[in-house]
Order: sequence, then C-alpha cells, then structure tokens
Amino acid sequence: MIEIRFHGRGGQGAVTSAEILAQAAIDGGAFAAAFPSFGSERRGAPLQAFTRIDDKQIKLRTGIYEPDIVMVLDPTLIESQNVASGLKKDGLIVLNTKKDPEFWAEKLGVRRVCAVGATTIAMEELGVPITNVIMLGALLKADELVNPEFVEKRIEARFPRIAQKEIRAFKRAVTEAKVIG
Amino acid sequence: MNVKEKPTWKELPLAAVIPEPGTSAAYRTGDWKTLQPVVDKKACIKCATCYTFCPEAAYEEDEYGYFNPNYDYCKGCGICSVECPSMCIQMVEEASE
Amino acid sequence: MEVSLAIAEAARQADVDVVSAYPITPQTHIVERLAQMVADGDLKASFITVESEHTAMSAAIGASMPGARVFTSTSSQGLALMNEIVFLAASMRVPVVMALANRSLSGPISIWNDHSDIMSVRDVGWVSLFANNGQEAYDLTLMAFRIGEDPRVMLPVMISFDGFILTHMIEPIYIFDDAEIEGFIPPYNPQFKADPKTPMTFGPVGVPEIYTEAHKQQDAALRGSREVIDEVFADFEKRFGRRYNAVETYMTDDADVVLLSQGSVFETTQLSVDELRKEGKKVGAVELRMWRPFPFADLQAALKNAKVVVVLDRAVSFGGQAGPLMSEVRSALYPMKDAPPVIGGIAGLAGRDIMMEHYREFFDMGYRYLETGKEPEVITIVGLRQ
Repeated sequence: MIEIRFHGRGGQGAVTSAEILAQAAIDGGAFAAAFPSFGSERRGAPLQAFTRIDDKQIKLRTGIYEPDIVMVLDPTLIESQNVASGLKKDGLIVLNTKKDPEFWAEKLGVRRVCAVGATTIAMEELGVPITNVIMLGALLKADELVNPEFVEKRIEARFPRIAQKEIRAFKRAVTEAKVIG
Repeated sequence: MNVKEKPTWKELPLAAVIPEPGTSAAYRTGDWKTLQPVVDKKACIKCATCYTFCPEAAYEEDEYGYFNPNYDYCKGCGICSVECPSMCIQMVEEASE
Repeated sequence: MEVSLAIAEAARQADVDVVSAYPITPQTHIVERLAQMVADGDLKASFITVESEHTAMSAAIGASMPGARVFTSTSSQGLALMNEIVFLAASMRVPVVMALANRSLSGPISIWNDHSDIMSVRDVGWVSLFANNGQEAYDLTLMAFRIGEDPRVMLPVMISFDGFILTHMIEPIYIFDDAEIEGFIPPYNPQFKADPKTPMTFGPVGVPEIYTEAHKQQDAALRGSREVIDEVFADFEKRFGRRYNAVETYMTDDADVVLLSQGSVFETTQLSVDELRKEGKKVGAVELRMWRPFPFADLQAALKNAKVVVVLDRAVSFGGQAGPLMSEVRSALYPMKDAPPVIGGIAGLAGRDIMMEHYREFFDMGYRYLETGKEPEVITIVGLRQ
C-alpha cells in the first residue's frame, strides 16, 4: 500500500488533488481511498488530505502518520508545518517551491525530493494560484504511481470548462519538475 | 370505557388508523351540557357569529337564514352566548328534566 | 466515487418521489446531489426545501401517507431537532428511508464522527442498520426501501454510516446499471393512503384503551421485520453476490478475545486481528450490523466461543455503563448459559482518530481481564490524555 499525505491551504485544491489521484488509480484498476482531514474547511487555513492506493481492498481508515509520499502545495507550509513528519525512510517529498530540490533535501533531511514552481505555472497557465493538478504532474514525474492518461481524464471530468488549460499546466509540471534521489 | 371491548393488538388497524370517515358524528356529545343556548329570533340579526365561533360546529343554518344549535352535539360551553353581538343567545337550564 | 454521491445515486435508482431534507454537515453532499438531480431532470421527484429538520421529517411523513416513496438524510443536531417526529414516523408506520451520517452531538460543538446521534434514537422504533464502507452504504440504502415498504414491515429504516470517514471518502463503489436493479424494489402500495376521496384519520389520539395495543403492534412489526430483512439480504446475495448478515464475524471460531464494534471501524479492527494473529494471539472481531431489531440469537451464536468480549463504544453513556453498545451486548448475552464476560471501552469520540495501537489496546484490555479477572475502570476511554 502506498500512502500519500497532502499539505495545503483551504482553497488550493489539496483535497481535489487527493481525490483526482485516487480516482485515476481506481480507473486504472487499483483500490484507492481519498479523504480530507475532516476539519471545518476555511480558505487559507492549513489542512491535510490523504490518498491510499493498494492492490487489495483498503480497510485501514485511520489518518496517515507514516506516509510514503508527502505533497506540499504551498511554499509557506514547508517549514511551518513539519511536513516531513513520519515520512518513511526513502520516502518522497514533492514541494511547491522555487528553490532547488537539493536545498530542501539538506534542510529537511530527506533523500528523495521533487521540486516544482507550481504557483508560477498556475499563475501563467490558469491565472489563479491553485496548484492541485500541477502538483500531481510533479508527483508523476518523480513516481509514476498511476498512468498519467487516467489523471488527465479525471482532470477533464473535474474541470470541464478549463480542462485544456489545466492539462497544459499538468504537463508543464511533468516537464519542469526537478527530481533528486 | 371498557378496555376489554376494544380491539386486540392484532385486530387494531395498522398504526391505529381510523379508516372510516366522519366517525365522530356517531359520538353524540350533547349530553355533556348543563346549560343550553336558546336563540331569541326576534333579536337575531343572522350575522353567523355563533356559527363561526362554535368549537363543535353545532350550529346549523335553517331555511330562513337563522342559526340554530344542534343539541345532539352542543356541549353547552356558552361561547356563542358571549360572542353574539346582539346578545340574543341565553344559556338556560336544560328542559329535558 | 464519493460515498455520499453513491447514496444519492441509490435514492435515485429507488426512484424516490419526494426528498425532504435540511442540509447539515457531514450529510450535505447527499441531498446537495439529489437537489441537483431533481433540478437537472435526472430524478422525477419533489425536493421539499424545509426550514428545519423538524419540518423535514414532518414533511417526509406527510408525503409518505398518500403513498410517495420518501428519502431524507441528516446528522447529529439535525436528528436531535427532528427527534419528536422521528418517533411519529415509526408509530404512524411510514416507510421513510433515512441516511444517517453519524456525527457527535454537541457539546462541545463538534461536526466530527462518532455514534452519539444514533445511540440517542435507540428506542424510536425504526429499523436501524450500520454500513461499514461505501459499497455497503449504497447497497443498504437500496435494500432499505424494500425492507421498510414490505407490507409485513411498514416501518421507517435508517442506515447509519460514519460521517466524514465514509461520507467524504472516495473509494471504489460498484454502482448498478439501472436495468440491473430493475424489479429489486417493488412498487410501494400502502394499505391506508391519505386521499381526499377516501377520508380517514391518521395519527389519532392513543387513548389509554388503544395506546398499549398500538405499541405492541409496533413492536411486533419491528421484531417481525427480521424475517423480511433476512429475505432481502438473501435475495440481494442471489442477484448481486454480496452477502449481508445481522452480525458480521471475522476470525471468531477459535478466538479467545473478540472485539465488537459497529460501523467503519469494524474493517480496521480486522487489520488489527490480522496483526495480532501473526503474533499467535487468538483474537477475532464481530460487528453488530443490525441494531434494531436486535439480533439476540445471532449475537449469542457469534460470541459463544469467546472467553471475553471487548466492546468498542463510539458514544458515552454518561453516568451509566461504559457505553450504550456495551450495555446492550452485556444484557443480550446475560440469558446465555456460560455467557462470556463482556467488558468495554470508548474510543473515537468526535472524530478522534482510532489508531492501530488503540485497537491493540482494546485487545490487551481483554487479555488483562483474562489474567486478572478484574474489569476495566468504568469508564475507560482509549486514547484519553490522562
């Protein structure tokens, strides 16, 4: 089982990211579960969302405390939220940052880091600082958990009016993300 | 009331529904009263105030437009007597004795 | 698919005539989706927007009386506000179906999941079943209409499923094609219909000469619903291959310590059983899926080999036995010859995560009892900061 924890702020689409990833995994024939951290959602407040992917039925319904992958959708959360907490040895961390992955690898003490300037891509492609699908693009570059085609189909279904823009942003992240480890 | 005469739990209609309409007509409450209303038709202005206020709907309009209490259902509460604007309804002891 | 949306889909496929509901977290997505379906013309039903849950249930009863198929959904405070009318739905024998997204009752104010809402309506007279995952929530919602509307039952049915943990969960759920479930739920045709052409009295005064018999009749209907529920479970399995039981068991045949729970935690208790079995410990898990009518014989059969039963309660019975579930299970086993002892603790109040170590603590509680014969303190809350 692969466990992914998303850190974001209300309104950035962390919950949507977790959901799209799970749905794409299910579309690909896997079992998956996605759920928010069950807070009272407020725009701008830090929140978490979770995805589990497995090849058998997922009966575990606790929160995720020892993730295989951590996704951080907002640069300001990297240091304020102890995002690497519980990250498994050899776990992957995917960051929205303008800095190099090497910088964060040293700072957070994590070997596998994927860095992408997601907010910049979001502003250029979408005009709003919503980084959910962009972060999924970066994730899939570092670790192809699910077939990107299934993710694109789910993006189309989720954002029918701006699907082309979203997919372009998603693909840019696949190209531009920098991965180490 | 005799409890034993009532339907058993198996006989009772579902949810104690009363499937027959208008069953209360069979329940004559006229013998509850001590005083009964008597309408003085000379003073009556046929305004229907008694008819409107009667909580038992016991007043009935006759062919001349007057409103008369039906003593089979009138409980003798006296509301009509109080509300009548021409004060033509008197509560009097029942004549039946 | 999100579990809430699957439940809305079940209501659509049951072809409900009326949806009467008031929004409340975490149930909101269900009725939001149903409102959308009605607005888009995908569901030919009346969506009654009401000003409170009290009215939601009142309107649901009123709509059911002329013969409409009615769905509603609520949580927590909403259920508390409609409480008065929830009783009436059962005594007036209207087969309303309610999806209850379990959430704690305030206060302190909480929107998160536990079972205090469902436990507060233990004695309302509804058929009451628990769903443990999204697929079950969907399946049981479909079955609820058929169970409640059966002429032998004619009672409202509530399906409990954990708020957030299930309502907001995206997981694989198999949704039937409309054609696939065609005929599974027969048309609803009540014996007494509210109709101006044939006036009759519904919900009459229950004078002392009538009330007792009416209550006996209602209890007989709820007890009798068991036969119908078993029939519906059997037919569902025959048609679709998924088996539902009044009491679900996991590795109980040779288990010394059995952990009993309700709702979505049952699945996670199974993982805990797997872990402990690897360590050679003989443990098992049981779920009381059917809350009302209470499946006495099934529960006794499921627990007869246990040396101790540990109950995981998701609600507090203030000043009473540890929790309402423990209290019920203990008294249900009391008439048994050689009944296993029943102890219990509370966990997962108001969305507090029940972690794997907490499940282990419940099993340890059972082993400690077997060693010492001493009951845990009343009340024991696992995960409490001391």
